[in-house]
Amino acid sequence: MKSAPVNLVTATPTKAPTGITGLDEMTGGGLPRGRTTLLAGGSGSGKTILALQFLVNGAQRFTEPGIFVAFEETPTRLIANAETFGWNLADLQRQNKLYFMDAQPPHDLIQSGTFDLGGMLAALGAKAVEMKAVRIVFDALDIVLALLPDAAAQRREIYRLHAWLLEHEMTGIITLKADGHQGGATSQLFGVMQFMVDCAIILNHTVVLGVSQRNLRVQKYRGSSFDENESPFLIGRSGFEVAVSRTLGRGQAEVTNERVSSGVERVDTMLGGGYYRGASVLITGFPGTAKTTLSGAFAEAACERGERTMFVSFDSDSNEVIRNLGSVSIQLNRFVEDGTLNMVSARTITGSAETYLVRIKTLAKEHQARCLVVDPISTLSKTGNELTAHSVAERLIDWSKAEGITLVCTSLLDEMSSQSEGGSPLQISTLADTWIHLNYLVQAGERNRGMSIIKSRGTAHSNQVRELILSDAGITVTDTYSAGGEVLMGTMRWEKESAERHANEVAAVAGKLRSAKLEAEEAELDARVKALQVELAARQTEKELLARSAAIQERESSLGRDRVRELRGTDDVPDTTSVKR
Amino acid sequence: MTRETKLEAYVFRLYVAGNAPNSLQAIDNLTQLCDTHLPDRHEIEIVDICVDPGRALAESIYMTPTLVVVSPYPGHRIVGTLSNTEPILQILGLGPANEREFPGLKDRNSAPQVRRPS
Repeated sequence: MKSAPVNLVTATPTKAPTGITGLDEMTGGGLPRGRTTLLAGGSGSGKTILALQFLVNGAQRFTEPGIFVAFEETPTRLIANAETFGWNLADLQRQNKLYFMDAQPPHDLIQSGTFDLGGMLAALGAKAVEMKAVRIVFDALDIVLALLPDAAAQRREIYRLHAWLLEHEMTGIITLKADGHQGGATSQLFGVMQFMVDCAIILNHTVVLGVSQRNLRVQKYRGSSFDENESPFLIGRSGFEVAVSRTLGRGQAEVTNERVSSGVERVDTMLGGGYYRGASVLITGFPGTAKTTLSGAFAEAACERGERTMFVSFDSDSNEVIRNLGSVSIQLNRFVEDGTLNMVSARTITGSAETYLVRIKTLAKEHQARCLVVDPISTLSKTGNELTAHSVAERLIDWSKAEGITLVCTSLLDEMSSQSEGGSPLQISTLADTWIHLNYLVQAGERNRGMSIIKSRGTAHSNQVRELILSDAGITVTDTYSAGGEVLMGTMRWEKESAERHANEVAAVAGKLRSAKLEAEEAELDARVKALQVELAARQTEKELLARSAAIQERESSLGRDRVRELRGTDDVPDTTSVKR
Repeated sequence: MTRETKLEAYVFRLYVAGNAPNSLQAIDNLTQLCDTHLPDRHEIEIVDICVDPGRALAESIYMTPTLVVVSPYPGHRIVGTLSNTEPILQILGLGPANEREFPGLKDRNSAPQVRRPS
């Protein structure tokens, strides 16, 4: 994560960096060093500010002192205006790094015959040597050229100026009021200048459906490649900012496998652990489907981890958001108080989508946010911004990725659009890494919130539509029941759940009963087995006894016969038949 | 530079850029004008910006040649070669316009003949 805005551009032998966000990227490092750049645009298009910022940055960051030749405004006014951008011009003037030359033609100027700018250039030359100036701006040259009698004289002065600039090897900006398509003297001048200079930048200011849109285009740049497209720019709090898409080759953000919680435990489970750090998450849904709540949960979880977070709300006031989220026990106030969370109510920012983007970027940088919530991003495509909104959203995602900021943005779907998922209005769904869709399911006279994960790059995720339940205790996601191909939610889910609970209880009791019965039967059988065993033993004993008594009797009777035989003196074979009773 | 206050002295300062043709022309024109309309009543200071750029910066003179009227109508600046004398004479109160505007006012010295350069 980058901390303070570090200027990555350094002064090179061929290019003089402007230090203006975006412009240096477009021109591949800045304006041609030692050459002249023409800055043309209609009135109020920001020429003076750009030119002045070029000098201020030169003096402050690149130790290149500069001279500002003001043909149109008094330096006092310029300096006062510049204060609003936080440029401390008075300091620079004291350090002799910046010099203002008041070259306004006096209002009571009387002309008699021809004149030229030779004197001014002589004076400037002396001044430039004295303060070692490297940069110079001629602001609103057309004002003074208009005093010249004819086109030939004007051309002569332009060439005089050009020659002077080349001779002094100063990096110059000449600003000129020109609308490009407007005919007449200015456009003639413009043509001459365009041909003469090495670099030409055109500023364009249009109003589309009441929304001001500013664009900058590098028209030519001798000896260098440049971004030829018209890029939106903004005059923000700290001056000029040109919006350029991420240029290739710029260091890509580190990709991590770290997960961050979505703030809802079961959503994390559904996503296989949560959002990826640095991912961009899109939550789409119709009004009231708890998009804000879900993003609020993310913000709370981020703050609980101690990560600096910014919550940009386009829909409602920050305090309202905090209050509303409090009702589902998302307590953000404590984090606002300790400074972890920055709530921004973007309703107070007016203007083009570009303005929003730049403000969001600036505020996020100031806050050093690691997590960012934009609720809803679809505001960007409000009236007058349709054309730029998509590119702005794209750049917001690109930027947050490059900064390693985890971005959660919600997108409001039109109520009138189909109830199916549909594309989000900005078509950023393709850019987002994780897309959660919230929907209403109307069923059995109820409207319940359904949540599903449409996509989540690089993570296994549940395919099931879940029910999102908001309560005092917070947000939960419940399993849904499908019956007959339909997902049951709300009361129907509850009924189904309770029926299932009941059935389970009955089954449990029945099981217990059965097992008790079986135990009893087992015990009875056991007892019977024992009784039989005892009986068996008795019988066996009896049998043994019987056998023994028979043997005794046999012996006795045999003994008796022997005795009789003895007594009788017989010799016949003893009778084997035992005498039985 | 001395100032003669007894007879409405006209004090001029002419800023020039070295030997630039229009600067030399302005010097000539101014001298001629003064000789014609303000004989013995004028003072001319010539400032060469190439030599003394600081003065030009201090006075915000950036077009050359520039004539600054120091007295008696201070603040007026006339830019150019001064080839067209009419506007100069007007602001110096020497022009015929003054008469046309205020025909009843016979103020200063007799209105000078103005030759309009074609």
